[in-house]
Amino acid sequence: MDQGFFLLFATVSVITALTVVLARNPVHSALALMACFLQISAIFVLLEAPFLAVIQIFVYVGAIMVLFLFVIMMIDVREAVLRRFMPGSNLPAMVLLVVLGVEMLVLVTRSARFSVAEPVARSVTGDDIRQLSTTLFADYLLPFEAASVILLAALVGAIVLARKEPG
Amino acid sequence: MAPLSWYIVLGVVLFVIGAGGVLLRRNILVVLMSLELLLNSVNINFIAFGRYYGDFRGQIFAIFVIAITAAEVAVALVRNKSTLKVDDVTVMKG
Repeated sequence: MDQGFFLLFATVSVITALTVVLARNPVHSALALMACFLQISAIFVLLEAPFLAVIQIFVYVGAIMVLFLFVIMMIDVREAVLRRFMPGSNLPAMVLLVVLGVEMLVLVTRSARFSVAEPVARSVTGDDIRQLSTTLFADYLLPFEAASVILLAALVGAIVLARKEPG
Repeated sequence: MAPLSWYIVLGVVLFVIGAGGVLLRRNILVVLMSLELLLNSVNINFIAFGRYYGDFRGQIFAIFVIAITAAEVAVALVRNKSTLKVDDVTVMKG
């Protein structure tokens, strides 16, 4: 049951990820990426991380993809569509990718550390979110504050970069 | 439940696809989308390991990854004003 759902979501996410990379029209890529993010959030639900699944939908599907579609809307897409895309044109990158993939797959399948079949039993008290937030705001307070400063810097930087040059 | 290695293999496959997008495509929007894909595969790894070893820190790191990704995409998309080709972005070139 669980494995069937995982295989379904994983297959669809891999297919949509391939569509993202191979589609010639950036609009198609953006829509495929949205579908892929939805599948990944379903996988987060399977991993019993419902909070992360909701965050994934809010942040990625809600915010980032709308940003992408806005930029696509403002830029002339036809020029990008007309340009040819040949996957075999860059041989060193292809070789690098194949080596990377084979290496990681061999590592995963050969190592005993990854062959855990059953997760550690978690106490079924239903306050996972409470524990998560306690850990986040107590033990990881400094990284949390650093992340908020980074977000503020990105906000200011985006405004400065988007402003028209004076004169 | 599915074994841990299934989730890791899914992460590997998505990572390789995303890396292919970053290395092979010349359209700057598709390169950014592939970067998102890379970061998502990393998130799958974090959450899968956190679940299977009963540790909350996987989810916490995933939250940080998502926050930093949002900042990165905002800056990158605003910066990208007139051109769609990666090869034309040469402001930092000496």
